[in-house]
Amino acid sequence: MKITCTINKEQKVLELQAGEMLAEVLRRYGYTEVKVGCDTGSCGLCTVLVDGKPVLSCSYLAHRAEGRTITTIKGKEKEAAEFAAFLTAEGADQCGFCSPGFALTVLAMKEELAHPNEADIRHYLAGNLCRCTGYEGQMRAIHKYLEARHE
Amino acid sequence: MNRNTTKNVQKSIPKIDGQGLVLGRPAFTEDLAPQDALVVRLVRSPHAHARIRSIDTSAAEQVPGIACILTWKDVKRIAYTRAGQGHPEPSPHDKFILDEYVRYVGDEVAIVAGRDLACVNKAMGLIKVDYEILPAVLDFETAADNPAVIHPEPDIHEMFPIGFEPKRNIAAAYKMEVGPVAEVLANSDVVVEGTWYTQAQNHMAMEVHTAFTYLDLHGRLNVVSSTQNPFHTRRLLGQALALPLKQIRVQKPRIGGGFGAKQTIHVEPYAALVTLATGKPAKIALTRKEVFEATFTRHQMRIQVRLGADTEGKLRAIDMQVLSNTGAYGEHALTVFMVGGSKTLPLYNKVQAVAYGGQVVYTNQVSAGAFRGYGAVQGNFALESAMDELAHRLGMDPIALRRKNMIGEGETSEVFRIMGEGSEGVPMTIESCKLEYCIARGKELIRWDTEPLVRQVGPNRIRAKGMAIAMQGSGIPLIDMGSATLELQDDGFFKLHMGATDLGTGSDTILAQIAAEELEVPVEDIVVYASDTDHTPYDVGAYASSTTYVSGNAVVQAAQRMKGALREAVAEKYHLKAEEVQYRQGQFYDEQGKLITSLKQFSFDTLYHNGAQMKTITATGSYSGEKSPPPYMAGFAEIEVDTETGKIDVIEYVAVVDCGTPINPNLARIQVEGGLLQGIGMALCEDVQYSEGGHLLTNSLLHYKVPGREDVGRLTVEFAESFEPSGPFGAKSVAEIGIDTPPAAIANALRNATGVRIYELPLTPPRVLRALRAAGT
Repeated sequence: MKITCTINKEQKVLELQAGEMLAEVLRRYGYTEVKVGCDTGSCGLCTVLVDGKPVLSCSYLAHRAEGRTITTIKGKEKEAAEFAAFLTAEGADQCGFCSPGFALTVLAMKEELAHPNEADIRHYLAGNLCRCTGYEGQMRAIHKYLEARHE
Repeated sequence: MNRNTTKNVQKSIPKIDGQGLVLGRPAFTEDLAPQDALVVRLVRSPHAHARIRSIDTSAAEQVPGIACILTWKDVKRIAYTRAGQGHPEPSPHDKFILDEYVRYVGDEVAIVAGRDLACVNKAMGLIKVDYEILPAVLDFETAADNPAVIHPEPDIHEMFPIGFEPKRNIAAAYKMEVGPVAEVLANSDVVVEGTWYTQAQNHMAMEVHTAFTYLDLHGRLNVVSSTQNPFHTRRLLGQALALPLKQIRVQKPRIGGGFGAKQTIHVEPYAALVTLATGKPAKIALTRKEVFEATFTRHQMRIQVRLGADTEGKLRAIDMQVLSNTGAYGEHALTVFMVGGSKTLPLYNKVQAVAYGGQVVYTNQVSAGAFRGYGAVQGNFALESAMDELAHRLGMDPIALRRKNMIGEGETSEVFRIMGEGSEGVPMTIESCKLEYCIARGKELIRWDTEPLVRQVGPNRIRAKGMAIAMQGSGIPLIDMGSATLELQDDGFFKLHMGATDLGTGSDTILAQIAAEELEVPVEDIVVYASDTDHTPYDVGAYASSTTYVSGNAVVQAAQRMKGALREAVAEKYHLKAEEVQYRQGQFYDEQGKLITSLKQFSFDTLYHNGAQMKTITATGSYSGEKSPPPYMAGFAEIEVDTETGKIDVIEYVAVVDCGTPINPNLARIQVEGGLLQGIGMALCEDVQYSEGGHLLTNSLLHYKVPGREDVGRLTVEFAESFEPSGPFGAKSVAEIGIDTPPAAIANALRNATGVRIYELPLTPPRVLRALRAAGT
């Protein structure tokens, strides 16, 4: 089966096997910035934006992407680099394996929530697990990033 | 060295690889695997204990795309250990790459390799295995001398005496006693005793275990792997595959977390066998389910503690007797067990008698291995819970009790000398210990004296505080060595090549900071290349809180030698004596303080302009610690317990840490915060459960709960001002200490809240509720 979709602003035709999830297909086509951590939709590592909304690509059947716009962290490189500066300034990137999916979710949250408080942020990002940081450093980075944007 | 004028250390610079990682640049093993690599998967045992009567692979071999299927009959029978440890390994050689016997649900049965996952999965389903099911040992308390023997095979062995008695299901055993413990206990005014249980725990590193292998132009086996210890991996692989080490190269790219999970070779032998059999590149990445079912866990333990004290609260004797569950294989069996005592008992060094002993037993369960804390977290839970019980019995403040008995600067403990990792320890006098400060500051931060320790905050909700103290280590003295090589490059920058293994902690960054500090150059002038057995000098790898202290000291030494080599080379060019040349911040001066040349100018001269004197200037440093200075910590938990549901919420956790002088305070802080959350997970929710037949029930993130960002309140981390004279720029290591205190501090807070002591982890709502009901609370 073939589908046509837009990935990071480029039109792509992807060849799929039956039942393949979007994460597998993206990685197969070289979008290795999409990480996979759990296979059960539990960790948030594989987050990509589908039509601007964060989606767990490990649990999203690839054929559903027909005609849709998919954005990985590379498609948001400029904004992501801006957030990455805050994240790395806190040392909260650590192993970095969860970072692309996490950063993409932060960027989506920024679009969706105007002035999120601590609880809003934790709730929005609850599905993005991290085993290195204990989350505190990530939260410090998010607060500073959002403050800087409002100044 | 003057520690007030540092430019590159005590600085929270961002990790040098951070931006690239966040932006998702290809950096991890699977990102780098060749597109045409054969996909390797393993058929695993569905039985806890069985003999393979026969395996029929004929139908599977017919599946289009299948390149290779290997069973135990195709693999050389060599007993080895998967544990990434020093040589000879203190772990028994009791594992075969494939064997006729399977010893837990998940044990490897066959290797299947093909051009893609679909054909491999199809072939796996067509392999017919006939098992003779054997009686299994699924309760570690009945494992020793059980009629079901897990390792009856004659060709397994220990590398040196570790108490290995496989016919009794005992992987290792140990005992020590200083002073007459029974007698001192009998003469103590107060004796507290209890039996504590700690559970297995999964590391849950976000990246699964991954490796790919290929043969290079010279026919050498290249292994790219998510390993914490490339050099141990090369040695273990060579042993398991009967290959000379010169035939193997191991590289570590970036790793998605380790925590001990990757201090082992779970996947490398299987990909390597496929490459050796087919000549083709091969790739193996475990599924998350396989990580749960078929890698390692923390050792489950039963810890019996007896404390004796006088009525003033002076501790007189400690007795700790431990039973540890190593699962189907004995990796890290003895050493984790040892650390349960060696990194807890010295906290209370003023006792008249102390004893530690017990057994590490085999069961037909997932093997246990290295996991951050490495026995210390288990021992700490028991000892620090017992200390609080003693305080309750004496009617003493638990902090006052600890202050009266704990170790301090300038002191030692017999335990340091007696208990090492697999052999004797190393005597050590503590040169940096700010436990007093850590406790005093932690008390302030958690409002210990200014708020009631226990208060009702709702109809069924009680808020309470509890605390514990801990110590860890900084590498394994006289066993583990790290080294680093610096090389001057034209334009005046340096290559820093080292075997040290950054598993996401930022060690590449802090080691560059250490090199820059000693060389008095900006950190940007240090280009790091690490963890490649062909191209970097030896290092044990990242475990036992070693990198900052052990590898860091190696980097300091390399940089000092580099400065000496530079002064000699400049002296030679300018016809001076080396001692007449001074080096300061990238410039060379003569004795009168007149500028001779710059590092930048000289770097071109030595490679292009010096005629017959041209040379590459390198310097190597190697370091193996003569001691392992412990970082210390005081941990304080404020919890809220719901007496109707049994649920515990951590409102705040305060950690005040003495890790010497942090090289990069931000990265040190994140190490502690991450450790705390793993410790809180172990205390409250991370549980490993089996079916009656020995199937792991908690084999996915849907069933195994790791703390998420809404699950825990505030983590507050501060550092004591401290300076370790033997450490690089005053630093000690900090990777593990954060995980040690939460189980005891939270259990102590629960005891303060409810009067109920729970002896078994995790403190899940059902367990807490049962205990509250049993106590009639």
